[in-house]
Amino acid sequence: MSEPVLSTHGLRKSFGALTATDNVSIDLRRGEIHAIIGPNGAGKTTLIAQISGSLASDAGRVELEGRDVTSLGTEARARAGLGRTFQISALAMEDTVFENVLLGAVGATSGAWALFRSVIHDRNLTDHAMQALERVGLAGAHRTRCADLSHGQRRQLEVAVALTLRPRLFVMDEPTAGLGAEGSRAMTAFLDGLRVEAPILLVEHDMDAVFALADRISVLVYGRIIATGTIDDIRASEEVREAYLGEPA
Amino acid sequence: MIGERYVNGAVLIGLIALPLWALSADEVFTITLTTRAAILALAAVGLNIALGIGGMVSFGHAVFFGLGGYAMGILAFHAQTFSPLDFGLFALPGTKSMPVIWLVATVVSAFAAWIIGLLSLRTAGVYFIMITLAFGQMFFYFAISWGAYGGEDGLSIYVRNSFVGLDTLMPIQFFGLCFALLCLALLLQWRLRRSPFGLALNAARQSTERVQSVGLNPRQLKLLAFVISGAITGVAGALFADLNRFVSPTMFSWQLSGELIILTIIGGVGRLMGPVIGAAIFITLEHWLGGLTDFWHVWLGTILLAIVLFWRGGVIGLLTGKEGPHV
Repeated sequence: MSEPVLSTHGLRKSFGALTATDNVSIDLRRGEIHAIIGPNGAGKTTLIAQISGSLASDAGRVELEGRDVTSLGTEARARAGLGRTFQISALAMEDTVFENVLLGAVGATSGAWALFRSVIHDRNLTDHAMQALERVGLAGAHRTRCADLSHGQRRQLEVAVALTLRPRLFVMDEPTAGLGAEGSRAMTAFLDGLRVEAPILLVEHDMDAVFALADRISVLVYGRIIATGTIDDIRASEEVREAYLGEPA
Repeated sequence: MIGERYVNGAVLIGLIALPLWALSADEVFTITLTTRAAILALAAVGLNIALGIGGMVSFGHAVFFGLGGYAMGILAFHAQTFSPLDFGLFALPGTKSMPVIWLVATVVSAFAAWIIGLLSLRTAGVYFIMITLAFGQMFFYFAISWGAYGGEDGLSIYVRNSFVGLDTLMPIQFFGLCFALLCLALLLQWRLRRSPFGLALNAARQSTERVQSVGLNPRQLKLLAFVISGAITGVAGALFADLNRFVSPTMFSWQLSGELIILTIIGGVGRLMGPVIGAAIFITLEHWLGGLTDFWHVWLGTILLAIVLFWRGGVIGLLTGKEGPHV
């Protein structure tokens, strides 16, 4: 079997007495969507932050394609091929949709040290950015200021910016949140096709999307992975039902 | 509402028309006043790159203004006393040549901005404001106690420095130099803002996480912006000292840092011509209101209050009907 694109080994994180991530070891294989589900407060966003580098771990290791990136910061992990989308949009709100994807294109070419070249007149950058917008269906809104977008559109833009990076893997925090039924279906269909380009570690609340997309599911409860497996495995697991789905076994 | 480029054009034309009129009307003082406005505008254009695009509220830009001033003062002092500048291991002669002085002012203030930025950018928000203020005060008190170059009394330079082919003692010619440098700085800001660097810096102001997650380092982006910003303000300091033919520790004062912030806010933070409009208004108020009452700062404060509360885009935002800090 080929080595996983992403793997974590015994990740831990505590905030005071609260253990937000407790010995988490998961991996993400080529071509798959690996969903992480869990009740509110289970530590999903903390785990994502540790994986993408914005939060330092107390213990454990993160590996990207076999390379230990535990000591690297967010930007180094992004350059190593990690494309992240945020649950609470981290976009340049005063800028237009187009400027936001353009930033991704600039980051992907690491050309931010060009001080006098016009970014708008660089066809490579603008085409690259526009393509990403077209793929998520946001090209029509490219002149709109981010602050004027709906929550769902911001999700789409988050995904578009991640696309511009041409990452080795995606780490997505609730990409379908706020999209509505129609938009959610469209995003689900899009992510479905995306896994062949790069695998996706998906944190999601929308169970329809999870069951439609996930090759594997990990269930996170109180910072611990209580089960990992296929959809059927998870549905059949009594521990999961008890802890998460709330049904008595 | 008026398009921003028309406002920008009108401001520049106004700034050059006023001293030309003053020249024909033999109003020398008006030329000097306009020159003062152009120099303050240049200093604030520098600040605007850090503050407006990069979101760094520097309360210590007087450091660079003062360093530029002292670069001019020290070089010219050694030239007029025919004494070499002794660095211990080697000695250099002073100079009265403006381009050389500007170059030294640029390099010295860029280096200071690099050191100050390196330390200050470890913080953000109110702590950044405080640490830059602290650096400003350090330089201020150092200048006061630096007896070799006049200490508290400052340093007088008897003849204005020279520029090849110009008579810099003619007010209109000196204004022309200042105006040309201001235009150059504006051009630089305009180009910067449109470059990949400007795009990334502008995003870094709004979301650190966003910039990091596309693989860029926001602190390095801000540091370079701070260095460019400090260098421009440093050149303005050298011109200011040349205008007055005098440097003193007040060029390092926190009041000056504050005034630069205030006039940038009045004109329009992050807008290309914001500092120019702000400087013009500031000098006008200082001159006219200052002539009427000693308490003209009260009126300046009132204007600032109104702008912060009601017209966040400053005067330029008011004219163009656009609030956002689009440069």
